[in-house]
Amino acid sequence: MQLNRTELLHAYRTMAACRHFEESVYVNFSDGKIPGFVHLSAGQEATAAGVYMALEERDWIATTHRAHGQCIARGMDLQETMDEIYGAATGVCGGKGGSMHIADLDKGMLGANGIIGATGPLAVGAGLSARAKGEGGIAVAFFGDGGSNAGMIFEAYNMANIWNLPVVFICEDNGYAEATSSSYSVAGTQVARAKGFGMPGVEVDGFDFFAVLDAAKEVVERARRGDGPSLMHIKTARFYGHFVGDAQTYRAEGEVEKLRAEKDCLKLFREKVVGAALLSDEELDTIFEEERQRIENTTLASQAAPRATKADLMTDVYSSY
Amino acid sequence: MPKKTYRAAINEAMAGEMRRDSSVIVMGEDVSGGTGSPGEDDAWGGPLGVTKGLHTEFGPTRVLDTPISEGGFMGAAAGAAITGLRPIVDLMFVDFLGVCLDGIFNQAAKFRYMFGGKAETPLVVRTMYGAGLRAASQHSQTLYSIFTHVPGVKVVVPSNPYDAKGLMIQAIRDNDPVVFFEHKAMYDDEGEVPDEAYTIPFGEANVLSEGEDVTIVAIGKMVHLASAAADNLAKDGISCTVIDPRTLSPLDEETILEEVEATGRLVVVDESHPRCSVAADISSIVGEKAFKSLKAGVQKVTAPHCPVPFASELEDLYMPTVEDVEAAVRRTMA
Repeated sequence: MQLNRTELLHAYRTMAACRHFEESVYVNFSDGKIPGFVHLSAGQEATAAGVYMALEERDWIATTHRAHGQCIARGMDLQETMDEIYGAATGVCGGKGGSMHIADLDKGMLGANGIIGATGPLAVGAGLSARAKGEGGIAVAFFGDGGSNAGMIFEAYNMANIWNLPVVFICEDNGYAEATSSSYSVAGTQVARAKGFGMPGVEVDGFDFFAVLDAAKEVVERARRGDGPSLMHIKTARFYGHFVGDAQTYRAEGEVEKLRAEKDCLKLFREKVVGAALLSDEELDTIFEEERQRIENTTLASQAAPRATKADLMTDVYSSY
Repeated sequence: MPKKTYRAAINEAMAGEMRRDSSVIVMGEDVSGGTGSPGEDDAWGGPLGVTKGLHTEFGPTRVLDTPISEGGFMGAAAGAAITGLRPIVDLMFVDFLGVCLDGIFNQAAKFRYMFGGKAETPLVVRTMYGAGLRAASQHSQTLYSIFTHVPGVKVVVPSNPYDAKGLMIQAIRDNDPVVFFEHKAMYDDEGEVPDEAYTIPFGEANVLSEGEDVTIVAIGKMVHLASAAADNLAKDGISCTVIDPRTLSPLDEETILEEVEATGRLVVVDESHPRCSVAADISSIVGEKAFKSLKAGVQKVTAPHCPVPFASELEDLYMPTVEDVEAAVRRTMA
């Protein structure tokens, strides 16, 4: 598909922001400045940038524990996103959710999730809401190759199809469920599984932003037209472990280095657009550097952000009237 | 006696029983790690390394990495347990019971009773509980009360490496389903653990110290808070009995009642939420059966009735503290 200059620049800026964000979280988590567990999406930026470019404000998304890049691609406030990961009171969830539970309902972001497979049923519910509202919105469920084996996902496939809901299922397959390879854990193929429920499925090269965007546009439009759910199986890879601190000895020697050299979606994007003379190396370099600086400033602000206090502990357990 | 960590004690118990009994198997997510990829097998040995080495020693037919299919593998473990195997299932975080309750509650827990006593279900579910690691609302809960409520399931909460080994061996040899709670912040705790196999019977509380004034019953990691509080209070002349029930189902009511009758005062320390909790249960048992010996109202020290927050400051406020236990003891003396 043809994108104009503004759209191409936006796509690259999104991917650059996602990359720098994760590199910053990696360094600062390793330095002990971020509490808990973080799951980084570096390497998977084309999924976030491509899918979210195909979505509209009226759409809803339920996503996985590996969601930082998707928060950025959704246009969530960058500072509030980073603040949440630091557990600051100014975080988008007031510091109560953190990396694994970050959400922004105003943006249709129903949250990262600590429960594998939970996103499928949530998106079915959002699909029911979208249909009831009648405003043309759709719902998207992200899950990984690991999540694809959770019973809830199969139940969600079935419900979305019998009710012909405006739902898009996206299996973001980075090759590993924690430390277990999808070549071992997944029987059959994702596309064949989708077909078993009567919905179309497409396998997509997740290192290629344009392939992701094209496929996403098609399944999103199909859902929006009222033609029912579909599956996208995005084949991608992560540059880091399951969580920061994972020694990754289950991976082949040199696997990550080879990915970074040959399958970096930012580099592949650059080769394509510069090769076609759509954008210049200089423009892309400038954006990359601007985003690096923006993330650095955001990081410093998060480190100095105000912290929650005792008064916050018992708020929002229930609604107040 | 050699010193070992809580992690090593549990690992050693499983390895020993697997050597002794070929029907013992281990299954769960990444109990080996690395299956199907070109790198190292047994790369993780469980997310926090508790099953490390088992895959290497016993191979992939006895140590099975599962897909992320808790509902499926919990049901499969129940099925395997009534047909001759003795599965040890790793339900990584107890929070995940939300996606696999049926295999434990409606299947394994009920078989023996429903089938007129004809079934044996030797199933061990190992699971991590507890806050303190900034793992937020879906990976930090203390949910043993839910299992304790259900007849047919035994519930074990070891507070130290010695108990962890003896209770794990007992759990594996037991012919009923057992849920074995490991506090994720205790894996590096060290203690004396014999090399040889030994069992600790279920339903026998451990009385850590005997005092005159107040009985403190504490569960799991909270036992350490209770002991520290008792040490501090002793300096002020308040002497406490500290009881670790070790198993919540069966519960050693007899020891708890005897000790409460001796002191006339009870504080229960429990990391879970206060409502419908084991702390509430123990308070109720004492209120019902030892009312006349009570000199003061029973005090509970628990987490508050809110989900576990992520932010460090909030999680620290969420967790019961030694000071909370001391204050509760003083309230019973007021």
